[in-house]
Amino acid sequence: MWTRSFAVLSLLAVIAGRPEARAPWPPPTTDEAITHALNRLTFGPRPGDVEHVKAMGLQNWIDLQLSPSRIDDAALMTKLGRLETLTLDSQTLQREYSGPAMLARRERKQNNPDSEPPNPAMSHLRGTGADAPNGVRPRREVSDAQRKDRQVIADIEEAKLLRAVYSERQLQEVLVDFWFNHFNVFAGKGATRNYLGEYEREAIRPYVLGNFREMLEATAKSPAMLFYLDNWQNVSADSPSPGGAQPRPLRGAQRRAPRGRAAAEPTSGKATRPKRGINENYARELMELHTLGADGGYTQADIVNVARALTGWTMRPREGSGSQFVTRLHDNKQKTVLGHTIEAGGGENDIERVLDILAAHPATARHIATKLVVRLVSDTPPATLVDRAAARFTATRGDLREVVRTVIRSSEFFAADAYRAKVKTPLDFVASALRATGAELRSALPLARELREMGMPLYFCQPPTGYDDTATTWVSAGALVSRMNFAVALGKNEIRGVIVNPRAGLDQEIGSPAFQRQ
Amino acid sequence: MAMVTMGFAPTFLARTAATTGTRKKLLITVFQRGAVDGLNMVVPYGEADYYRSRPSIAIARPGTANGAIDLNGFFGLHPRMSAFKPLWDRGELAIVQASGSHDTTRSHFDAQDYMESATPGVKSTTDGWLNRYLSASANASTSANATVDKTADKQAASEAHDRAVAQGRNPLRAVALTSQMPRTLQGMAPALAIGKASDFIVPDMGARTSFEEIYQAAQDRTLNGTAGEAFAAMRTLASTTAAPYQPANGAVYPRSPFGNALQEIARLAKSDVGLEIAFAESTQWDHHVNQGAATGQMANRLSDFSHGIAALAQDLGERMADTIILTMSEFGRAVAENGSRGTDHGHGNAMFVIGGGVQGREVYGNWPGLKPDQRFEGRDLAVTTDFRDVFSEVVVKHLGATTATAARVFPGYAVRPAAFRGILKA
Repeated sequence: MWTRSFAVLSLLAVIAGRPEARAPWPPPTTDEAITHALNRLTFGPRPGDVEHVKAMGLQNWIDLQLSPSRIDDAALMTKLGRLETLTLDSQTLQREYSGPAMLARRERKQNNPDSEPPNPAMSHLRGTGADAPNGVRPRREVSDAQRKDRQVIADIEEAKLLRAVYSERQLQEVLVDFWFNHFNVFAGKGATRNYLGEYEREAIRPYVLGNFREMLEATAKSPAMLFYLDNWQNVSADSPSPGGAQPRPLRGAQRRAPRGRAAAEPTSGKATRPKRGINENYARELMELHTLGADGGYTQADIVNVARALTGWTMRPREGSGSQFVTRLHDNKQKTVLGHTIEAGGGENDIERVLDILAAHPATARHIATKLVVRLVSDTPPATLVDRAAARFTATRGDLREVVRTVIRSSEFFAADAYRAKVKTPLDFVASALRATGAELRSALPLARELREMGMPLYFCQPPTGYDDTATTWVSAGALVSRMNFAVALGKNEIRGVIVNPRAGLDQEIGSPAFQRQ
Repeated sequence: MAMVTMGFAPTFLARTAATTGTRKKLLITVFQRGAVDGLNMVVPYGEADYYRSRPSIAIARPGTANGAIDLNGFFGLHPRMSAFKPLWDRGELAIVQASGSHDTTRSHFDAQDYMESATPGVKSTTDGWLNRYLSASANASTSANATVDKTADKQAASEAHDRAVAQGRNPLRAVALTSQMPRTLQGMAPALAIGKASDFIVPDMGARTSFEEIYQAAQDRTLNGTAGEAFAAMRTLASTTAAPYQPANGAVYPRSPFGNALQEIARLAKSDVGLEIAFAESTQWDHHVNQGAATGQMANRLSDFSHGIAALAQDLGERMADTIILTMSEFGRAVAENGSRGTDHGHGNAMFVIGGGVQGREVYGNWPGLKPDQRFEGRDLAVTTDFRDVFSEVVVKHLGATTATAARVFPGYAVRPAAFRGILKA
C-alpha cells in the first residue's frame, strides 16, 4: 500500500515537475509518527492514545479528526453543562452578571471613596489596583454581585481547559485555539468580556474547518471585535451631529456624565472625544493581522479607505447589545481598496466588498498558510509546504478543512526534523501534562492562574496579534522555573482542582526538556 | 510622620566621576498605571485657569494651608510629596511637564500599550521598548541594521535569542517586580518577572538537582542553554536573599506593594547580579470620583509613590550616581474636574527623572498653558514633549546606546541627540 502510493505520488510529482510536492500518504505508521501527529493535532497524547490510533490507523484517525461532527463528545458536553454562564447571550450577561457588579462598585466608590476594591474583571490587569492605598489590601466579603461577575470569565476559562483536556474532537479544539488567537480579542478591555463566549461560539468555532471568508465576516460583525478594535466608534467624518437615536458611544461629553459613570467604565474615555470621524484601528489590524499580513502590500490610503467602508458598524457596550449598522454614520462615498473601486452608495454592503477583496487576495492565502504551518509543523515553516497550502487556500476559496488537510498530508509534516521541533506554549504544556498523567480536572481556576503566571492568561492577551506561536517567546528562564514548579506540584498532587495519582518520577517527566517539546 | 529622613550621601555626585564606567548603569522605570493626574502632582499654581477649572480639587498655592511645595515660582509639588523636595533641591530630580503621546487615545489599555511598546498608534508591536533595548544593545556591534521592517526585526531578534542562549546571557539583567511580565519588558531578550527576588526558585531541592542534571545532559541546545541561565540565576538569588534585607542610609520604605517592589530592586541592585533594567508599577491612579485635593485618595497614592521612590534613592546611596529612576503614566487627566469631584481621562502629563546624572531642579518642556484655547481638544493639557524624546535621551545618554542602537529601540521615531531636552548631563 505504502509503496504503491509512494510510487504513484512520485510519478505525479515527476509529471508535475515538483518533486517536493510528494506527500507520504497514507502516513508512516511508526509509533514515532503517531506520537508526532498526536502532539501536533491534539493537546498531547493520553496513556493508550498511541495504541488506539495504531489500531484504527493513523490515516483514519486524521480523517476523523478533520470531521469532528462524526466524533461523539457527550462526556465533554456533560462537563460543560455545569457551567452556568457559558451559553448565555451577551445581553443577559450584561444585565444579570456584569451590570450589577458594576453598579455595586460605583455605589461603593461614591459612599466610601477611600476604599477601592479591585475590579475583579481586571484584577490581573495593570492599573486597576491589586494594591490599595498604603498597601492595605481591602479584605471584604465577596458579594453575590461580585461572585456572579467573576463567574463569566471563570466559566469561559474553565470551558477552554475542559475542552483542551477532555474533548475527543481534539483537532477542532487546537484549531479553535489557533483561530481565536488569530482573531484575538482581550477580556480585559471593558465590555469585551460579555461577548467572549458568544464570540468563540458564533464567530470562531463554526468555521475552523469551514470557510475563511465566512469566519472573517463573522468576526468583523461581532460586537466583541467591534468593541475591542474600536470600530464601534468609527464614523464618517461628516456624519450628522448626534441625535436622539444616536448610538450611546457617540453621545454627549463626559463632563455631563452622571456621577460615577465614567468611573464605571473607564475604557469608554475615547467615546467622549468631541472630535468625530474615522477610527482606523480595526481597518489596520484587519489587513495587517487578519488577512494580508504586515507585508501584504497595502498602503495608508488603503487603511483609510477600508476604515471609511466600515463606518457605521457599531454596538452599545453598556447594554450588551448585538452589532448594528447605522446608515447615517456611514461614509457612503466612493472608496478605493487595493486598486478595487467600491462604488458610492454601497451602505452596509461596503463591508462585504472589503472582505471579499481581502479574503481573495493572494497575500491573505500566504499569510494564513504560513501561520497554520508554523502552528502545525515548524517555527521555520518550509516554503514548499506554505506554497502548497496557500495554493489550496486560493483554489478552494478559503476552505480551511482542505488547507489543514494539505498541511497534515505532507512530507514536511511527517519529516524527521519536524518531530519535537516545537516548544509547547504554556497552554499546550498544562493541558498535555494533565492528559499525559490521566489527571482529573475538577476546577480549572487554579490552572488558569498557573497560566497567568506562565505569561499566557486565557482570553487576556492584550494585543490584537494574539500570542506568538514560536519557541523564542516561550523559552525563558522564568518560564522554565514555572514549568518545573508546576511539574513538582503536579507530581505531589498539589495542584488545586486537579486530582492525579502521584507516582515516582512524574515530576521529572513533566518538567523534563523532552516534555517541553511537541 | 516623615516616613523617610533625607540624609543620604549628599556627596554622591562628587563620586560620580570615580565610579562612572566601572559599574554598570541602572535604569529603574516606574509606571503609574491608571493615568495619574499630573496637574495635581506637579501643580501649575501660577495658572489662574488651573483654579478656575478645579473649584473643589485644586491644590492651594504655596504658602497657604495645605499648599503646594514651591519648586520654581510657577510649579509646585503636591503637599504629600515632600519626600521629593530634597532631591529637587540637590539638583537630582527633573520634571518633564506636558509630556506624553501624540496619539489621541484616552483608553487606558491602548495608551499603556503604546507607552510600553513605545510605538504610539501601532497596536501590533509585540515587544516592549526596554526589551528591544536589551536585544539591540546586546547586538549593537553585530548589526547596524536599524530597519523597522518586522520580518527583518523578527529574524534579527530570533538570531539574537539563539546567540543569547548559546552565550548563556544573564536573565537578571532585566527584572520586573511584578507577577506578570509587563509589556515594557516583553520580547525576545531574556528578562524576569518576579514578585520577590526569593520567588525565583524551585524550592524542592531534590527535584531541582535532578532537573539541573537532566537539562544539563539534554542535547536540546535551546532548553539546555536557557535552563543553564535559570539555574545560575537561582543560585545567585538564593545567596542574595539568604539574609533578611536591611535598607541602608536609614531608608524607610512605605509598607505597601510598591514600597516592597522598590526594596527588592534595591536589594538586587546592591547584590551586583548584573541588574541593568528594573521595572516597578504603582497602581490606582484612575480617580474619576472624589479624587481629593491635599488629602484624600490621590494624596495617599502620591505619598506612597514619592516616599517609596525617595526611600529607594536614599537606600541606593552613592549608587544613584549610576542610576536613573524614570516615572511615566499612560496619559494625564482633563484640566477641569468633572461632576463627581474627580477627573476624566486627558492627554499631557508629568514625568520624573531622578538620579546623579540628571540636570535637576528644572521643569523641562514647553508649557502650553491651560486657557481653554490652549488645551488639547479644548479640554486637556496639550503634549509638547513626545515621551520618546525622554526615553531616547535616557537610552542614549544614560545607558550609553549609540544613535543607531536607539533607532532599533524606537522604530518609527527619529532619534535625534541634537533634539534632546538636556535632562541628563552630557
